Amino acid sequence: MNTAHIKKAVTAVILVAALGLSACTRPDRLAGGAAGGDGGMGGPGGIGATGLDGASDPRSPQYFSQTVGDRVLFQVDQSTLTAQGMETLNGQAQWLLTNSDYLVVIEGHADEQGTREYNVALGARRANAVREYLVSRGVPASRLRTVSYGKERPIAVCSDESCYSLNRRAVTVISISAGS
Amino acid sequence: MMTRFLTLLLAPLMVLLLGLALAAPAQAQSGPLRITITDGVIEPLPFAVPDFQAETAGAEQLARDIARVVAEDLTGSGLFREIPAQAFISQVASFAQPVAYPDWRAINAQALITGAVAVNGNQLTVKFRLYDVFSGAELGEGLQFVGTTSGWRRMGHKVADAAYSRITGEGGYFDSRVVYVAESGPKDNRLKRLAIMDYDGANIQYLTDSGSIVLAPRFSPSGDRVLYTSYESGFPRINLLDVNTVGRQQITTEAGEMAFSPRFSRDGRQVIYSLANGGNVDIYRTDLATGQHQRLTSAPSIETAPSFSPDGSQIVFESDRSGTQQIYIMPAGGGEPRRVSFGEGRYASPVWSPRGDLIAFTKQQAGRFHIGVMRTDGSEERLLTASSLDESPTWAPNGRVLMFTRETLGAGGAPALYSVDVSGRNLRQVPTGSMASDASWGPLQP
Repeated sequence: MNTAHIKKAVTAVILVAALGLSACTRPDRLAGGAAGGDGGMGGPGGIGATGLDGASDPRSPQYFSQTVGDRVLFQVDQSTLTAQGMETLNGQAQWLLTNSDYLVVIEGHADEQGTREYNVALGARRANAVREYLVSRGVPASRLRTVSYGKERPIAVCSDESCYSLNRRAVTVISISAGS
Repeated sequence: MMTRFLTLLLAPLMVLLLGLALAAPAQAQSGPLRITITDGVIEPLPFAVPDFQAETAGAEQLARDIARVVAEDLTGSGLFREIPAQAFISQVASFAQPVAYPDWRAINAQALITGAVAVNGNQLTVKFRLYDVFSGAELGEGLQFVGTTSGWRRMGHKVADAAYSRITGEGGYFDSRVVYVAESGPKDNRLKRLAIMDYDGANIQYLTDSGSIVLAPRFSPSGDRVLYTSYESGFPRINLLDVNTVGRQQITTEAGEMAFSPRFSRDGRQVIYSLANGGNVDIYRTDLATGQHQRLTSAPSIETAPSFSPDGSQIVFESDRSGTQQIYIMPAGGGEPRRVSFGEGRYASPVWSPRGDLIAFTKQQAGRFHIGVMRTDGSEERLLTASSLDESPTWAPNGRVLMFTRETLGAGGAPALYSVDVSGRNLRQVPTGSMASDASWGPLQP
């Protein structure tokens, strides 16, 4: 009885030690990598600076969405990229090649002036137009996935062209690769 | 004279057959009590439904309520007009009592429906008779339904279906259910979940939570399963849901990025759907039992919204291969499609009528949306509705009524379900309690 108890206690101590060890190594690795942008900067004392640094750090997701531009817009019922859209995508491709840890989901959207199924299909076309362009600019296709939301996720809610033009969009959503 | 009472059973049920003495001749003819639905303009047929008789103590409320369901069903069809009880000259004191035809003729009730209700424990028995007042005869035999008290509304629907069917010569549609998408929240953060209800908006139950987007549920032909598009995985995939257990599973489609717009084959064994691959959307078919896939279209255009013909031999779908959305029909196994819509504007979401004679569709033209019907060769197009956004029609089981989504515009825009006769008459909103879209009308229940 007694020895069994002791054995259990010893095992528990070893387990705790092992957990403690791994818990120690992880922060070191993350800090050393410095890939996280604002995540790495968030130490004690950096209160107001974190957000500013995020947007101005050219490697941050905020920089990608705000400065590079995470979306392109389309004409009514079209999936052809505009000249402005291609310019935005050139910037996206460059950023994605520099920041190769990021995976991409391209979301295709439509305005409400269409039937539900067709708009899902149209959103798929728009997302694919963006994917093909990024691939043509050298981004590996294996990092790119597409999804269509059709007319299910408008960002502007009025029912005229001022809103429709914003909703006919493809948005490049980036996330840090789980494997890196 | 004796007439046999037919007994129909509602699950969970008991079998009952009984004889009942009748004062009126059993061999009633259709006589003048007849509505032909295809007539252009129909004067609603006046009918009377006195409160049903309570044959057991405590059944009075149900007897009244069931008669109300019968009256609301018939009135709601647009084909009938109820004569209010205040106008009645004679009261029906007992179900077996001979009908005083002159009293009902005097108030111009062409049809009279009498009924009786008995409750034993949770077992509910409803009997009814339909009289052709001006012929002075019963129309068809008396019927008896046995079920549970919790299913009392279905008893009313069964009575109304029988009366509708005898007078119109068409199948009924009242004892049926509708699966749809219940919506809540603001337009830019809409929450959607699957819901099921009786055709008239009663007995709403939710089948999924609103954790991820769900689109366009479709009933199986027998009404026990539902196919729908779900974003649960982060990407549109096709789910199969068992209506009774609410268990759901993602079906394995042909490999592709996005699968959506599913619909059952008429035998319920196969699914036809759209699959997106590299921006190209085509129609595929998957056998649910074997998991075998077949590609049915292979054009670089968008092919979606497939729907089988009632005999299962053909598929109607939409394609923009001509440059705009139009309706096409192809053999069920794939093959060269023929275009059937040639009017101005865009045609979408075609659905083959259960009678096989018509195709319902959404038409978009000059900024307006319409629900319309055409013959299967594209002729005799008729637009039944018009609004800033009507779409996704679904047929009543008898092919005489369509339900569809109508959405209002603007920041506060909200979708709701409406129904309209195939003739374009009797447009009405279906009460759903919350915003609602993408209805699929199930079969008449057994």
